Amino acid sequence: MSDNIIELKNLSKTYKGGITAVSDFNLEIKRGEFVTLLGPSGCGKTTTLRMIAGFELPTGGEILLNGEDITKYPPHKRPINTVFQRYALFPHMNVYENIAFGLVQKKVPKDQIEKKVKKVLDLVDLEGFERRKISTLSGGQQQRIAIARALVNEPEILLLDEPLGALDLKMRKEMQLELKAMHKELGITFIYVTHDQEEALTMSDKIVVISEGKIQQIGTPEDIYNEPKNAFVADFIGESNIFNGVMTGHLKVRFCGAQFDCVDDIPEGTHITAVVRPEDVIMTAPEEGTIRGRVDSVIFKGIHYEITVVSGKNEMVIQSVHSATPGNTIGMKVDPDNIHVMIAEDNTNIFTAEINKNYNLEYNGSEIAADITGIIKGSRRLEDGSVADARGEIVDTEKVRIEVAIKPQDIVMTDEHESGIVDGYISNLIYKGDHYSYVIHTDLGQDFVVDDEYLWNMEDHVGLLMDPSKMKFRVKR
Amino acid sequence: MIKKIGRPIFLGLVLAFMYVPVLMLIVYSFTDATHIGAIRGFSLHNYVTLFTTRDLVDMIVGTILLAIGSSVLATVLGTLGAIGAFYSGRKRRAFTESLNQIPVINADVVTGFSICILLVVVLGIAKDSYVPLVVGHVTLGAPFVYLSVIPRLKQMDPSLYEAALDLGATPRTALRKIIIPQILPGIISGFMLSVTLSLDDYFIATYTKPATFDTISTYVVNATKGAQTHIKTALWALTTVIFLLVVLIVIVMNVSAGRKEERSNEKVL
Repeated sequence: MSDNIIELKNLSKTYKGGITAVSDFNLEIKRGEFVTLLGPSGCGKTTTLRMIAGFELPTGGEILLNGEDITKYPPHKRPINTVFQRYALFPHMNVYENIAFGLVQKKVPKDQIEKKVKKVLDLVDLEGFERRKISTLSGGQQQRIAIARALVNEPEILLLDEPLGALDLKMRKEMQLELKAMHKELGITFIYVTHDQEEALTMSDKIVVISEGKIQQIGTPEDIYNEPKNAFVADFIGESNIFNGVMTGHLKVRFCGAQFDCVDDIPEGTHITAVVRPEDVIMTAPEEGTIRGRVDSVIFKGIHYEITVVSGKNEMVIQSVHSATPGNTIGMKVDPDNIHVMIAEDNTNIFTAEINKNYNLEYNGSEIAADITGIIKGSRRLEDGSVADARGEIVDTEKVRIEVAIKPQDIVMTDEHESGIVDGYISNLIYKGDHYSYVIHTDLGQDFVVDDEYLWNMEDHVGLLMDPSKMKFRVKR
Repeated sequence: MIKKIGRPIFLGLVLAFMYVPVLMLIVYSFTDATHIGAIRGFSLHNYVTLFTTRDLVDMIVGTILLAIGSSVLATVLGTLGAIGAFYSGRKRRAFTESLNQIPVINADVVTGFSICILLVVVLGIAKDSYVPLVVGHVTLGAPFVYLSVIPRLKQMDPSLYEAALDLGATPRTALRKIIIPQILPGIISGFMLSVTLSLDDYFIATYTKPATFDTISTYVVNATKGAQTHIKTALWALTTVIFLLVVLIVIVMNVSAGRKEERSNEKVL
């Protein structure tokens, strides 16, 4: 027998309306592990939990418990118990009757039930609460009773569906540690669902990051934090500076307008996403930094300062115990170990455009012929030429930015560098079989990847023509 | 000024319209008058007649038994229907909901007449078997039970049922031990409503009752047409008894509801 207590194999769930909540979900959980399903709301984590509990039947795949297929078992035939989001205590029963409910169903003798209820109430620190009515308990106490009610059945697996969501911050932190301690003491497998990344990092042995019904990454909290597999994970777990960049040599990566040493061996010319944690950015004197920038804002956060630095078109958030003065120019460097480089999903160029005074899209001083009302949902152009959003408020041109994405094959290079939206120098070229892949380095600190079947020379000065109909837009706030 | 005086006068008029006729009957029930008009003296003979005439006592007991019996059936059917509809798909639930509305809105004459046609004429069930009468009164009460149970189900935390299953209860046990206790107030008020409707009913009973059986309503209508004066005046006494009973029940209910509220207020404090 393997030491996996539960295995999910190609599990998927599609609702009648055609909405897919979970697709092709593969997960193995070892006996005694504390596993957290982590993801934003609506990502399918609760659906997965409900399929394990038996409240919902998967539309595909199977669930194995100790190697036995339990996919079609009804909930009451599974040795699994759940702690519900809003506790779901039975209001017409007192604490004792609530906790004893499961044991009564199993026809456990009365004297044993009494003993077990007393023991589990001890465990959750609510001795002597047997006769209390549910409505007289505080949220935290109800939470403990809900946990006690599940644990008293000695389940093989305990499922917890955002159990701390309804508690205040202080209580939540306390319960996190208590749950962790209970897990250690009882040795039961815990499967925990949350959208709170901090909670997940604090409590779990293993985290499963989920987005749009798919597993993004499985790993220990350290793995997930230090080696995120893709931009979603990096963005969701902790704070990150995420940049688009290109590999420019062996263990050399270029992003944020400068070349950095890194430790990830990725072929030259590959479009990458670089992640730098705010606490890993080292502030230096301007001339010592790999990049320079102007301090935009400094916020005191208690144990550290959060410093935002603008470097060219890029923004870098730094967490440091040292403060900085807004307006000053500083240098920044990052230890090669702390630059996490991921191969970009596709080689799409992503840059940020602004909205100008005429409420048109502008990048590098030239307008992009795309209609803003088609980009900002529900917006319309008013008679004076300004644009109002769905709520009828005038769009703030200072704050709203539009992220533009364009594929390398949709950019055309031209010798007349004045005629393009942006111009720059070819800093890299690789032959990719049927075309060349160029990296164009611009003065804006933004690098573009362009595919072209003709050969250009290194250091050629080129303008980049981009067809607005080939661009994809996203509102950034 | 006009508002200050007008308000109590208006309220007084409304109450008078509602209660003066009943009060008149109550007063006359304690006299030996044979018709509304001249009063000769105080007498309890109407009450003696009411409780000693075999016919009258049988009729009253029969009416109450019918009300309780048909309401129990209506409550079981209505509750099961509500639970079934609540846990089925949206379309099926909407369909059941609209079907349930029809007897509520439909005139009792139509309901009574159609039940009579279907059961007695088409299916040939004898009225003497009481089946058409009971079926009629169950039809009258069940939709109202359904309507008073559904809101309780909607209010209930849906994870309660799941929690019961999760703790190893079979669906049947979960229904009995968790769902039914949760919706019990709705079931009780549905039952009470059903009893009241059955007591009130005239039309369905006339179409479906056995010839030898009378409910209070059908009896009163026949008696007022008939010539037996002492029976007619005894009905004044019956009116008084029913009215006082209702007043008593309403007072008891209000007082106990008030107490409960006080208790829950104390809890909040």
